[in-house]
Amino acid sequence: MQWEAVIGLEIHVQLATSSKMFSGAATAYGAAPNTQACDIDLGLPGVLPVINRRAVEMAVLLGLAIGAQIAPVSIFARKNYFYPDLPKGYQISQYEAPIVRHGTLEIAGADGEPKTIRILRAHLEEDAGKSVHDAFPGNSAIDLNRAGTPLLEVVTEPDMASAAEAVAYMRGLHTLVRYLGICDGNMQEGSFRCDANVSVRRAGDPKLGTRAEIKNLNSFRYVERAIEFEIERQIDVIESGGKVVQETRLYDSVKDETRSMRGKEDAHDYRYFPDPDLLPLTVTQADIDAARERLPELPAAKKSRFLSQYGLNEQDALALVQEREVAAYFEQVESIAPGDPKQIANWITGEVFGALNRAGLAFAQLPVPSAGLAALLGRIRDKTISGSMAKQVFEEMWETGDTPDAIIERRGFKQLTDDGAIAALVDEVIAASPEQVEQYRSGKDKVFGYFVGQVMKKSKGQANPQQLNEILKAKLGR
Amino acid sequence: MASGFPSTVAALAAGLERGDFSSVELTEHYLARIRALNPELNCYITVCEDGARAQARAADERRAMGEAGVLTGIPYANKDIFCTAGVRTSCGSRMLDNFVPPYTATAVERLHEAGMVMLGKANMDEFAMGSSNETSFYGPARNPWRPDCVPGGSSGGSAAAVAARLAPAATGTDTGGSIRQPASFCGVSGLKPTYGRVSRWGMIAFASSLDQGGPMALTAEDLALLLGAMSGFDSRDSTSVDCVPEDFSRLLGAPLAGLKLGLPKEFLDGRLAPELGATLEEARRVYESLGAECREISLPNSGLAIPAYYIVASAECSSNLSRYDGVRFGHRCDQPADLLDLYTRSRAEGFGAEVKRRILVGTYALSAGYYEAYYGKAQKLRRLIQRDFQAAFGEVDAILGPTSPSVAFGLGQKTDDPVSMYLADIYTTAVNLAGLPGLSIPAGFVDGLPVGMQLIGNYFDEARLLGIAHRFQQATDWHRRVPALADKV
Repeated sequence: MQWEAVIGLEIHVQLATSSKMFSGAATAYGAAPNTQACDIDLGLPGVLPVINRRAVEMAVLLGLAIGAQIAPVSIFARKNYFYPDLPKGYQISQYEAPIVRHGTLEIAGADGEPKTIRILRAHLEEDAGKSVHDAFPGNSAIDLNRAGTPLLEVVTEPDMASAAEAVAYMRGLHTLVRYLGICDGNMQEGSFRCDANVSVRRAGDPKLGTRAEIKNLNSFRYVERAIEFEIERQIDVIESGGKVVQETRLYDSVKDETRSMRGKEDAHDYRYFPDPDLLPLTVTQADIDAARERLPELPAAKKSRFLSQYGLNEQDALALVQEREVAAYFEQVESIAPGDPKQIANWITGEVFGALNRAGLAFAQLPVPSAGLAALLGRIRDKTISGSMAKQVFEEMWETGDTPDAIIERRGFKQLTDDGAIAALVDEVIAASPEQVEQYRSGKDKVFGYFVGQVMKKSKGQANPQQLNEILKAKLGR
Repeated sequence: MASGFPSTVAALAAGLERGDFSSVELTEHYLARIRALNPELNCYITVCEDGARAQARAADERRAMGEAGVLTGIPYANKDIFCTAGVRTSCGSRMLDNFVPPYTATAVERLHEAGMVMLGKANMDEFAMGSSNETSFYGPARNPWRPDCVPGGSSGGSAAAVAARLAPAATGTDTGGSIRQPASFCGVSGLKPTYGRVSRWGMIAFASSLDQGGPMALTAEDLALLLGAMSGFDSRDSTSVDCVPEDFSRLLGAPLAGLKLGLPKEFLDGRLAPELGATLEEARRVYESLGAECREISLPNSGLAIPAYYIVASAECSSNLSRYDGVRFGHRCDQPADLLDLYTRSRAEGFGAEVKRRILVGTYALSAGYYEAYYGKAQKLRRLIQRDFQAAFGEVDAILGPTSPSVAFGLGQKTDDPVSMYLADIYTTAVNLAGLPGLSIPAGFVDGLPVGMQLIGNYFDEARLLGIAHRFQQATDWHRRVPALADKV
């Protein structure tokens, strides 16, 4: 039996505003419990919400970036339910009239061909607080620092057919919101989290199967694993004669499985109605035009430009545009040291990414400025140092913050580029190694490396490798 | 009055300005009256003797420095729905019996900036839900004209305090008639401003789209002074309207010649007691003698106001009162077994019967499958009612009608019949649904109890409305009558 999966995602994008959706309290992560919850966030009697216009601007930016319609008038509603970390007994959220509708995001589909994912809507809402169950034995604690934090919930149509596509979409959106500067993208801190709606159906069946919603997936890995598990589970249920029930499920990353949290019959009746404390939210054409002015070059456009302007390959271009800061760094280096963009791309995706990884740093924390890397690459190009010397210099730049020239000077890195001098060293080695010469000439290619090693040793590692190769080949003959 | 202090805000302001007495003396005068009469009338839930004295001293100092405004040093009663920093704000409910807000409502902040002196927090129906003040956790305030009768509600404590001269002025809030109906029952003047005129920040919500704070006093002239101080744009209230500050007293002297007053025929049918109809007829003659032209108009959908109002108000209250869950503030039950027990017992113990009834009605009206039939339909009726008024204001400058279908009724007389209690709001709720300004002023007496009449104006037309009321008060003396009980002290 052939099965196909149908997947839709709801992603909560925490907006990077300095204050909350409806109050002036700060949104910084990690403060002591309940120190960033003001009277409004606590839902005290008589307090009133006021819409954070910065959050609205951010929603408009995303809407423009996904080619969506921006609603001139949208409505905040109340979603009513009781929970201790929901101070007012309702969440203010957009329900029937969201601010953003009908956008698209392009991803790489299963066959590598571009695939368009339709985005049904994106709406503004406030986050709830946090219940803490392990701080006080026998009691639960409530931390309302997060209560009222602005979220943009981005909801797709059920357009994805595999866990891989779902992850590709999620990564695409993750890159986009960071490009737009509307979300820090920090998934450990919950700034970007995902609910996945998953169903399966027999291949070709036009009818959708019954779906399960998997809540609160906060890493790409979990999204992938949870969806894969859920697809298998649903197929098993159907193939063994059962029926998938509509329910909400939780992913357990330790056991790597999803399990039922609540069924449809336990679903809340949220009694949505327009929040009478807030007027309808209006976005004017002038607001939209102003946002468009601030719209940066988006990842897809930047990638195309990198392909054509710098002649990069698809893989390098994609790697460089994942983060806006990386792309900007690349272009800074390129503008200081133009002429070999491929070399710059290799260094960034190789040495720079590798070193950041080892140090556990984000790109923004990179200690080597673009001018430093440009200067270093310049010394490779003018043959002052070899590539392998450059790697050592790079490490020292990272440690000390010194310029490449200062390090080259201090360490005495100096590439030997004089053909005559290299040839003299080669002659010495050949003269001292008649046995190896014989082996090489009788067809043992491996021995070539021995000669390179010996000459390098004699030159104290400073012989230009390319020149050395050429001279050695010519002298050994065959 | 025997004390020698005048009664109205305007006269007191003049006395303070002339130096006839100080704010401290005036405040002590009212505090003494409160000590004498409040045990019987129960107008105040909390009396703020120390706070009032401190404010009065500050007001006198301000005057000595030449920085006094017209309201500086004038005492008032503050409905216990307005949050006051450091002073318990109960909203008439056991739920908030222990609640001391860390902030002050904008409207109150403005009165205090003007130098007014808060004598205490006035009694009210629990969460402003009621028309008789009988749903208060602190027991009902009583009508100074007949203490076995209700003062009306929900701003019953405010109205009774002004009528009994336990304050020259008071704040009130009006969601479906809660300023105008008690003003009518107690023989005082009360104004519900245009929705958005007075900030709702710090005013505990009953039904957010209908609630509006406003002043209560003895005269329209005083209402104009108080409205000027308490109104104005507030960025903390998104429904606050940003309009140019105005002098609400500017039209008090305006002649009424050529003024067109409309009497809605729907307000004058069989539901209005005949004696009250006669009072209104007399008021009409007064206006005609002042040069106004009175004509019958129609508000064809006004009969739908009560059902629409009770759906909208209950729906909003069911959500607004969800925050009272025993978790962060307010009443919490003893020894909750688990979360559900904490919720159910805290709310069962903290709320009274009327509040529970409305939460139930509102929850039902918003439920899946019923929303369109109830809340959706009520919102449509609301638009029809608004349209009726706009059509009427195409023909007339203001609308004259009854405030309530009856005079004050006996305590306990309607407590077992909520629907008949709701019908007491029949002439007032449409004004809230439309968001219009409306006021009630004394227009006569029936069986020794005051009768009020209502004037309804177009949006932001308070100044003219107050002028129309003021001219009536210049021609009549109903507003000068003092309850016998108040004169005893």
